[in-house]
Amino acid sequence: MRGLKVYAITYLVFLYAPIILLPLFAFNDGTIIAFPLQGFTLDWFVELARTEALHDATVNSIFIAVTTAILATCFGLFAARAGNRHSFPGKGGILGFVMLPLVLPEIIVAVSLLVAMLQVGLSPSIWTVIAGHVLICTPFSIAILNGSFANMDKSLEEAAVDLGETPVSTFRLVTLPLVMPGIVASLLICFTISLDEFIIAFFLSGNEPTLPVYLWGQLRFPGRLPVIMALGTILVILSILLLVTAEYFRRRGLRRAGLEDTGGFL
Amino acid sequence: MRGPIITLEGVQKYYGEYHALRGIDAEIGQGEFFSLLGPSGCGKTTLLRAIAGFEDISGGRILLDGRDMDGVPPNRRPTNMVFQSYAIFPHLSVAENVGFGLRKSPMSGAEKKTAVGEALEMVGLGGYGGRAAHALSGGQRQRVALARALILKPKVLLLDEPLSALDKKMREQMQTELRRLQRQVGITFILVTHDQEEALIMSDRIAVMFEGGIAQLAPPQDLYRRPASRKVGEFIGMMNFLPARLIEAGNPSVEVEVPGLGRAILEPDQCPMGTGGEISIGLRPESMTLLFDGQNAERVAQGVVEERTYYGDMTYYDIRLDGAPNIVQVSMRNMPGRRVLDRGDRADLAWDARAMVLFC
Repeated sequence: MRGLKVYAITYLVFLYAPIILLPLFAFNDGTIIAFPLQGFTLDWFVELARTEALHDATVNSIFIAVTTAILATCFGLFAARAGNRHSFPGKGGILGFVMLPLVLPEIIVAVSLLVAMLQVGLSPSIWTVIAGHVLICTPFSIAILNGSFANMDKSLEEAAVDLGETPVSTFRLVTLPLVMPGIVASLLICFTISLDEFIIAFFLSGNEPTLPVYLWGQLRFPGRLPVIMALGTILVILSILLLVTAEYFRRRGLRRAGLEDTGGFL
Repeated sequence: MRGPIITLEGVQKYYGEYHALRGIDAEIGQGEFFSLLGPSGCGKTTLLRAIAGFEDISGGRILLDGRDMDGVPPNRRPTNMVFQSYAIFPHLSVAENVGFGLRKSPMSGAEKKTAVGEALEMVGLGGYGGRAAHALSGGQRQRVALARALILKPKVLLLDEPLSALDKKMREQMQTELRRLQRQVGITFILVTHDQEEALIMSDRIAVMFEGGIAQLAPPQDLYRRPASRKVGEFIGMMNFLPARLIEAGNPSVEVEVPGLGRAILEPDQCPMGTGGEISIGLRPESMTLLFDGQNAERVAQGVVEERTYYGDMTYYDIRLDGAPNIVQVSMRNMPGRRVLDRGDRADLAWDARAMVLFC
């Protein structure tokens, strides 16, 4: 038992210690990433604020992530409802096909998307990146929303129709509020996945780099490393905030629906 | 029964190859408490959902107040449903649940509020409007579901096993209350249940369903006293079945010989009697009486007590009749001073030919 405890602690240290290095060197007054630390500075954050190309990349990334989150969640919502409420010929095959990008190596998705887009005459841009990200985010959205629909009593939608609502107003008045926690969670997860996705963005972004692609380009210049550390610090803090928010909404949704907690992502 | 509110004409339903409803014909009267009773898988819920509009039927017609319901979606039918799970909207308050169906009504806000209050009052939940729906108990959810359906004043209220999720005490209380509510509002209730006792207690008429068809449609007393087939007799209450031999087939009376009991003259309302064929008689446990010390009766049979089961108000005896192949069950009300028989005791029992039902 003691051995296992030591193993678990070592494991966690190896997993998370490198992340602690980010803020450490982001505030370190020296261009070389090595101990001992030189002294406290905010210079790197100031330089971060001055780099134009970085701003463009950030705007690109956020635009891509927001659009991807909305599109993938819409698709996920429809697919999850169809999968949970209806049976149609070839259902298993179709749903399996939609979920496939979850297990497909991203490099393969990226290369084949690039080839396909060049073949039909589309040049790489923000929109091709969005298409790629929607493809890989939709399965996550479906997986999250499947849980929401599975938790929801089928009779609720029937009851609303029985009480005079049309299928469309039933969706708005009953279905949507009840799966809303799932929708919020899906939006946040898809946003995060898209924001830090590298391979597809690298192949498909052309001359409009996303943040990870820009960062990768900057790694060639050792002098820029502390700036990247500063940026990394900001991203880590944002990611943690995002996940906590997602979990908060999920738990609140469960409480409001009076359901058992079946485990979330935190 | 005032004129029919629902007419079912040869209603058929297929799920792929599976024949779920095999031609249902029935008329359900205005203001009637009508039950669909049967084991699970007999098609009773499918029929209810077809009336509500949640299932398309494969053949036949459903007329609601004289109007053919073919192609009419559930939200346009003058029916409302109480679901087995109650389907209370968990994200709304009790009052919002009850007022849900009024959203499109031309009533003013204040009128709606009054209507919701009255509906809650009617089901005994006055003052509960502000509560969160998910914080209610099972019985309270049931009442909210009732109020929510009745507030729209439907022509027919459909109830899908509404009491099956409640515990025994609560169920018995709700049975009486549902009956009272139905008389009060005068709306036709159609109840789906697998509990024969519940159907007997609550209904004006009961349709017993087996394998997608109606086996018998009758008021509770007729159903219990004169089951149309052995299967119905077995399903409703307890019934002893004894093989019988035809002695003389007259019209209207028939004489049969029942091994162990003796000869009886019956006036069957079924079985156009020919000769030959397997026949049997059915006799309820309470239609036979044990005789104690010196009591006498017109028709007496003898046997041995094989088993005795105590139920509090009743004692059931399993008795092997002399000269009969099977065991009959006899129930006796427990009264002060009444003797009980033990296993192995000889028993005299009196029976009444008027309570016999002939099956063929």
